[in-house]
Amino acid sequence: MNRLFSGDYPRSRLLSAALLLIFLALALGPFLFDGIRTFSMLGMMCVFIIVVASYDLMLGYTHIVSFAHTMFFGIGAYGIAIASDHYGSGYGALFAGIVGALLASVLLSLLLGLLSLRVKAIFFALVTLAVAFAFLSLVTQLYNVTGGEDGLAVRSPRELGPAFRPFDFQVPGFNIFGFLVAAVSSPGEIGQAFQEALFSVRLSGRHLTYYITFVTMVAIFFFLLRMVNSPFGRVLQAIRENEFRAQALGYRTVLYRTAVVVVSALLATVAGILFALLNRYVNPENTLNFELMIFILLMCVIGGMGTLYGAVIGTVLFLLAQNYLQDLLKQLDALVPADTLIAELINPDRWLLWFGLLFILSVYFFPSGIVGQLRIWSAKRSSGQD
Amino acid sequence: MSEALLSLTRVCADIDQYHILHGVDLAVPKGELTMLLGRNGAGKSTTLRTIMGLTTVTGGDIRFQGQPITGQSTPRIVRRGIAFVPENMGIFSLLTVRENMVLAAIGGTMDPARLEWIVDLFPPLKRFWDKPAGNLSGGQKQMLAIARAIIEPRELLLIDEPTKGLAPAIIDDLADAFEQLKRQQVTILLVEQNFNFSRRLGQSAAVMNDGRVVWSGSMTELAQDDNLQHQLLGLGMGEHQ
Amino acid sequence: MAADDARIDEPTGRAGPIARFHAFRRDKPHIFVLLTMMLAALAMMEPRIWVVLTISGLAMGAMVFLMASGMTLTFGLMNVLNLAHGAFISLGAFAGASVLLWLSTQANQPSLWTNLIAILPAFCFALLVAGLLGLVFERLIIRPVYGDHLKQILVTVGGSIIIMELIQVVWGPNELPVPRPDALKGAVFLPEWLPVAGGIALEKYRLIAVVLGLAIYGLLSWIIERTRVGILIRAGVESREMVEIQGYRIRLLFLGVFIAGSALAGLGGTLWAMYREIITAHMGDELMISVIVVIILGGLGSIKGCFYGSVLVGLINLYVGYLEPRLAAVATVALMVAVLMWRPQGLIPVIKL
Repeated sequence: MNRLFSGDYPRSRLLSAALLLIFLALALGPFLFDGIRTFSMLGMMCVFIIVVASYDLMLGYTHIVSFAHTMFFGIGAYGIAIASDHYGSGYGALFAGIVGALLASVLLSLLLGLLSLRVKAIFFALVTLAVAFAFLSLVTQLYNVTGGEDGLAVRSPRELGPAFRPFDFQVPGFNIFGFLVAAVSSPGEIGQAFQEALFSVRLSGRHLTYYITFVTMVAIFFFLLRMVNSPFGRVLQAIRENEFRAQALGYRTVLYRTAVVVVSALLATVAGILFALLNRYVNPENTLNFELMIFILLMCVIGGMGTLYGAVIGTVLFLLAQNYLQDLLKQLDALVPADTLIAELINPDRWLLWFGLLFILSVYFFPSGIVGQLRIWSAKRSSGQD
Repeated sequence: MSEALLSLTRVCADIDQYHILHGVDLAVPKGELTMLLGRNGAGKSTTLRTIMGLTTVTGGDIRFQGQPITGQSTPRIVRRGIAFVPENMGIFSLLTVRENMVLAAIGGTMDPARLEWIVDLFPPLKRFWDKPAGNLSGGQKQMLAIARAIIEPRELLLIDEPTKGLAPAIIDDLADAFEQLKRQQVTILLVEQNFNFSRRLGQSAAVMNDGRVVWSGSMTELAQDDNLQHQLLGLGMGEHQ
Repeated sequence: MAADDARIDEPTGRAGPIARFHAFRRDKPHIFVLLTMMLAALAMMEPRIWVVLTISGLAMGAMVFLMASGMTLTFGLMNVLNLAHGAFISLGAFAGASVLLWLSTQANQPSLWTNLIAILPAFCFALLVAGLLGLVFERLIIRPVYGDHLKQILVTVGGSIIIMELIQVVWGPNELPVPRPDALKGAVFLPEWLPVAGGIALEKYRLIAVVLGLAIYGLLSWIIERTRVGILIRAGVESREMVEIQGYRIRLLFLGVFIAGSALAGLGGTLWAMYREIITAHMGDELMISVIVVIILGGLGSIKGCFYGSVLVGLINLYVGYLEPRLAAVATVALMVAVLMWRPQGLIPVIKL
């Protein structure tokens, strides 16, 4: 256990509980929640936990701000899409896509790191912003290769798609959310609620892909946890605290930073590959958009920079909000008279306004995010008990 | 002794998390040149910076012309009539000599007569008038720094180690300039390591050690007492004969 | 290329043409890059087209310069990286467009003087609204994070989201068509007797943008080089503490520069709105890319560098846009990467960096 977590535990009871809950929900998700929308959201959670955790390696542990993370994500997704477009749906195509995408990411990230990290850390943010934009424009313009704005459908091997049905029987599922709602609203009819919550799941290749994603996500998370607690990770934190001193101690800080950028880019590419397989459709908007980049930044900061656990919490909260905050705002919006300023402000399309506000407030008042705040509280409580 | 233009009472100050001053008591008499002496790290520079509002004051009281100035912002303190030449001189090296002088005249215009007097005092300034100040030599930069401080009549000049790293001939020039200022009854507080220079110019003196003023009196008194010098400044007997 | 540069260190005086070329490339890199690009473009297309593209590129450069100058100054003076600058451009565009729509009767008359009744208030309103936003933004968002680049990037990105969302709250989520005032429509023809360029039609609006851009560059250069405030700004770029020791409140100077930079971004936004004749809340995001390329090209903090950077970005956009439209954005960024490899500090760096 200690080896798995590399001695870096959540260090807050509430946080541990939340993480355990998320783990269980993601592990048993297809059998706990009914409906295709929830299923695809669970998949996105797994994918974006990888994306945000690898982003945290740069942002939180090394204080490198990159705006090119979606570019690497997109390279992964488009690598699979383009390979399947050219070579069909076989495993050879899949393999070619994976290798090609990873190679492209390594090359580009090396170039970016060596180019701009030797100047001044703040340049990196600007250079990556410009390069990511150029990449986006290239993908949009070269429509004969990438499909342009319309994007590409991904033809993955049959075993990974919905058409693959390994078993004839159905597996029972239990809609826990529906059950809890029914049980609370009408506790007298708990038996009926139980009956209604039961549903059946027909296993398909989609489930296989989901679990591949889930397992990869868990493995990458523990790999990152190991990495930041290794001697390498300690050097990164030393560079973050005082680059000058780290240099004076003889560490070649540019190499360390570049290594972080490369690792982070590779993991984002892996996430992009999984995304393409899960979503089976890739376009600039769902992989490369600037807005998506901002979302990743928000998830990382609100969850808690430099903690990795924050990536999990931030991603889950953000995707829940993205999916359900709009519903909530819609209900609120119905309560106020239409065409007033308030109605415009809580228009469901303006949900990002509120998230932006939350983001700024959290940078000012909870700079270590949700995870950092939970840890502070639990440290206070335990020191209070002593 | 005449009345104090500037007085510090039990002033404590921090730089970042370090306590540097532990209760400084100092009075600068009006119209005199006061030398602030002491070993390296005694807190002389910090005392000047504290007067200028550039450190965090954690206790005590600083009064200028009887008014408290503790904790006020640097520009406000400057505009009360205190000019400060920091140890690194703070020359704007990308600006020309003229532009450096223009900024120093807070009122907006330079009085031609006064400017002429200053240029006579420091002739090299005229030669490099429209050249970037970064091209000046160390001594010329020091001249520019002092010239900036006196371009307008000020109540008090605080000058941190003007002789640091300068050749003896240039130090002599500087000393002449200070003599002139003394004659004009300008009040000056000078931090110095160079005891010969101090003895030549100083009227009153204060000696600091470990964040406190440990001795103050007239310069003549200190200059004549080798024992005191040895005890306060660690100067060898007869070293400066 | 870079290695050559390091080696050459010959004393000035008599030198062969090659050494002189090297010295020129080292001392005036902005002119060198500009000339290289213009000559390369000339070699690849008909001269008449080249003239049209060059003027259009200058027009685009002039507009980008307005937007970029504020950002480069805030960075040079205050060491603040404001990634919400694009949102200020959007806001300025919407503010100016509102006035133009409100005064559309005046804007649609064929007389230039009547048009000006709409145009001047539109410019003023854009300057005012963006400047006011700058004031609020500096106080609320940026003041608490001076000196912390990471937090600056985060909060200004957050601020950018909020401003763009608020624009959609006020003006609605859809694109807004902007009428270009009547007198600015159409083209002027160069006289026939001119060699090469005779008879070429040039869009009026682009010429006006070039003139306006040059005028504002002249004004900014004059302020920075000749006035007291300009001296103060240059001094502040060098040492903030020393400016305070001279008796000036640097915070006030910061605030003033920030407001002026925001206002200029707003003006640039209005000009862009009239140029494109259609605007969205997110237009600032795309323009930010050009702005960023410009300030990296020019060297952060330098107005002159910002001007040349803008011209370069405008020209490469038009040249490449003509030769291979799909690569215009890529070429802009490639230019930045190439210059970064050659001169990591930009073409005309301010020494403090």
